[in-house]
Amino acid sequence: MAIRVVSAESMEIRASDDVVLVRQAVRRQSIALGLGLVDQTKVVTASSELARNTLDYGGGGTVHLERVENGTRSGLRLTFEDQGPGIPDIALALTDGYTTGNGMGLGLSGAKRLSHEFEIWSKPGEGTRVSILRWK
Amino acid sequence: MERIPILKMGEFLLVTIQVDMHDRLALTLQDDLTGQIVKHRAHGVLIDISALEIVDSFIGRMLASIASMAHLLDAETVVVGMQPAVAITLVELGLPMRGIRTALDVEKGMTALRTAILEGQDGDSSSIR
Repeated sequence: MAIRVVSAESMEIRASDDVVLVRQAVRRQSIALGLGLVDQTKVVTASSELARNTLDYGGGGTVHLERVENGTRSGLRLTFEDQGPGIPDIALALTDGYTTGNGMGLGLSGAKRLSHEFEIWSKPGEGTRVSILRWK
Repeated sequence: MERIPILKMGEFLLVTIQVDMHDRLALTLQDDLTGQIVKHRAHGVLIDISALEIVDSFIGRMLASIASMAHLLDAETVVVGMQPAVAITLVELGLPMRGIRTALDVEKGMTALRTAILEGQDGDSSSIR
């Protein structure tokens, strides 16, 4: 069944303070969705990893927070977009421990593990878009 | 500039992280804490994270770095009060947090620190696992 977007909001990610604001917005949305504490923590942690990636590797960007429905299920979909350098090798970027920066290389792979659905699009020179979804 | 307070408690330093830290604040804490360890000749550091609602890879790495740096400065570190949801998430995230001693609360953390410091004095310098 197709996913229907119930509500949406967007936030800019330009500085490390914005990463904190994204975490807080995701926490609010997770509570509104009725997620339990462990699931809230997973979504907020995943959003923190991806927001930091957007800032550090994408040079800043935008996150779209969407409440979605799929028939009987409802969930939270977060899409992080940047117009940065892009990822030349997505499979490699998804490998645990692989990093081009000074992180631990857990951002993408960790966010994927913490989510029910994960999508990534990236093109060198154009940017990166990562989408995660957690169903209730 | 915003800072996380570091309290001296006898021979130990106590850091209670109560805010949702942005990355720069985490790095400031690292600098401040290493400075305070040397200034007070502290042999133990307790980091209370019971108010932290998430620990992501950045904060996890910061905690591990603090433990390593403190060790080089002859101080042991114990992270106390991690919330269960945070522990579950950290494992799923793939952050092993090896090399970090943990305890359930500040009191147990103090006991763990005393043990760790005694072990260190017995010539076992590899007290950070």
